[in-house]
Amino acid sequence: MTSPAATPALAEPSPSARSGGARYVLGKVGGAVVSLFVIVVLSFFLIRVLPGDPIRLLTRNTSLGAAQVAELRHQFGLDKPLPAQFVDYMVGLAHGDLGVSLRFGQPVSQLILRALWPTVLLVGVATLISILLGLWQGTRAGWRRGSGFDRFSTGFALTLWSAPTFWLGMILLALAGSWFPTQGILDPDTPPEFLPQALDVLHHLVLPCLTLVAVLYAQYLLVMRSSLLEEMNADYLTTARAKGLRDDLVRDRHAVPNALLPTVTLVFIQLGFVVGGAVTVETVYSWPGLGLLLYQALSDHDGTLLQGLLLVLAGAVLVMNLIGDLLLHVIDPRVRAA
Amino acid sequence: MTSSIAWQRRRAAAGRVWAQFRTDRGGLIGLAVLAVIVLLAVLAPLISDRSGLDVTHATGGILQPPGNGFLLGTDESGRSVLLLLLWGSRISLLVGLAATLLSVGVGTIVGVLMAHFGGWAQAVLMRVTDFFLVLPSLVLAAVLSTVLTPGIGSIIVAIGATAWPTTARLVRSQTLAVESRPYIERSWALGAGHWHVIGKHVLPAVAPLVFANTTLNVANSIITESTLSFLGLGDPNSPSWGSMLHNALQTGAVTARAWWYLLPPGVAIGVVVLAFMMCGRALEAVLNPRLRER
Repeated sequence: MTSPAATPALAEPSPSARSGGARYVLGKVGGAVVSLFVIVVLSFFLIRVLPGDPIRLLTRNTSLGAAQVAELRHQFGLDKPLPAQFVDYMVGLAHGDLGVSLRFGQPVSQLILRALWPTVLLVGVATLISILLGLWQGTRAGWRRGSGFDRFSTGFALTLWSAPTFWLGMILLALAGSWFPTQGILDPDTPPEFLPQALDVLHHLVLPCLTLVAVLYAQYLLVMRSSLLEEMNADYLTTARAKGLRDDLVRDRHAVPNALLPTVTLVFIQLGFVVGGAVTVETVYSWPGLGLLLYQALSDHDGTLLQGLLLVLAGAVLVMNLIGDLLLHVIDPRVRAA
Repeated sequence: MTSSIAWQRRRAAAGRVWAQFRTDRGGLIGLAVLAVIVLLAVLAPLISDRSGLDVTHATGGILQPPGNGFLLGTDESGRSVLLLLLWGSRISLLVGLAATLLSVGVGTIVGVLMAHFGGWAQAVLMRVTDFFLVLPSLVLAAVLSTVLTPGIGSIIVAIGATAWPTTARLVRSQTLAVESRPYIERSWALGAGHWHVIGKHVLPAVAPLVFANTTLNVANSIITESTLSFLGLGDPNSPSWGSMLHNALQTGAVTARAWWYLLPPGVAIGVVVLAFMMCGRALEAVLNPRLRER
């Protein structure tokens, strides 16, 4: 988690980066590729080398004999030497094969693909709402610093931010559980037509989404507020006022576009934090996404599934960060000049 | 002799910091709240009986609302929620503090090394820091504490191993600022070695900000600890605020609307986190001149 008021730092100018764009892009892409490779290696070794043998973890509450354990070990290819396992893993990965889940007995890639869309839906809608809410409140709070609105909205957002996500979810569940569905994503007895299904999914989405928004929007509010404060004394605002522009036009046309830049990066940098929030929210509401899958993998000590999820979640966050860096390069001339 | 003069000056500076901190109402409230909670946590064995935590010795009914000798009602196996809350504070605070010490320690070392040695070491360490900064830390911490032997120790290690990059970056920029000052150059000119410059000049200059950062970090560590315990990764034998909520969700206390069981742990986490944040922000405002004018 990053501290709430942390303004994302702009890339530091380095004297060797004169050749500009291509070099910046290559550097960022190269860095991301290296990181991605490290994640691939890390997720392999985390599961295998650290104490805690997957088969023993899996069978520790069962009464399997030594022969059956050895059979399981062979079945999952865990009796081979480590380098051979690593080669198997890399070859499988190149084919999009993440192995078979110890718990579900299904290919990990299938399980992840199935859980992907619910998570994208939940995280996407929640992020969108929290960006809009956070930017709107942050702009108004920053523009009238010290006003009642500023103090109330900042305090309220900070309070929500410091509450644990899962607890907010549980309280919301206890309060509003009688008006909204509390489990899953779709009632099995919904008619199979598109409209009723979509409405039912939306109905299920309300509470988890609300929980996630409550935790996420504070960051946008605080960053927008502090970056607007940075712009407050800028000369161009005096010019705009001297031209006779109305106060809210000065704000919306001149101050806000400049203050928006740090929040654009924040959207991408935040993603690691959002994933963490999604894990707990999905656990509370049994939302069938990647977070719930991770929870199941954790409680069943399902090594292959854990490895695949770590790879996919960390990889997704890495790629999104790369996109964020490149996007910032396009929209912020100061980064380009560096 | 010179060192005693330096210490006198430092003590005077600490006095000034305290004088300024006292003017911040939020910081003082946070400090007072923390003092009370830490005192309660430390005194728990004296003011209560640990045997009440044992499920087999539970005397109350199942999920009973407050009253009948139980100030905050009972949990799903008839234990007093107040007792769980009191003993849970020990684990939450202990893990929060220990994990923060670990992550701030690692972060400070990495940050100072990066800024001091520069060049190749900085390039490599910066990559590693950025790598960990970007990763979804909760996922990594959860996986780490699963593969390590479960328990309080591995939760501390898992949080410490994933939370250090923010400190490292802060310490790095602060060290760079300190090392560009003339008195460091003077020290080099007088023949000081790396360890002298780092130990005698850089670390004392960086320490105040690291301290403020530590206070803010504890808040994060406590939230992460409760989240990991909530995901069922804690020590099942010692209750923490997170594991209370884990049990509450597992046993249907949410649908039963057992508010006396749901509210206290969450409010406790929120209060401790807010108190640490208020202290940290007040300290930061005192120690970081850039924030003082705001």
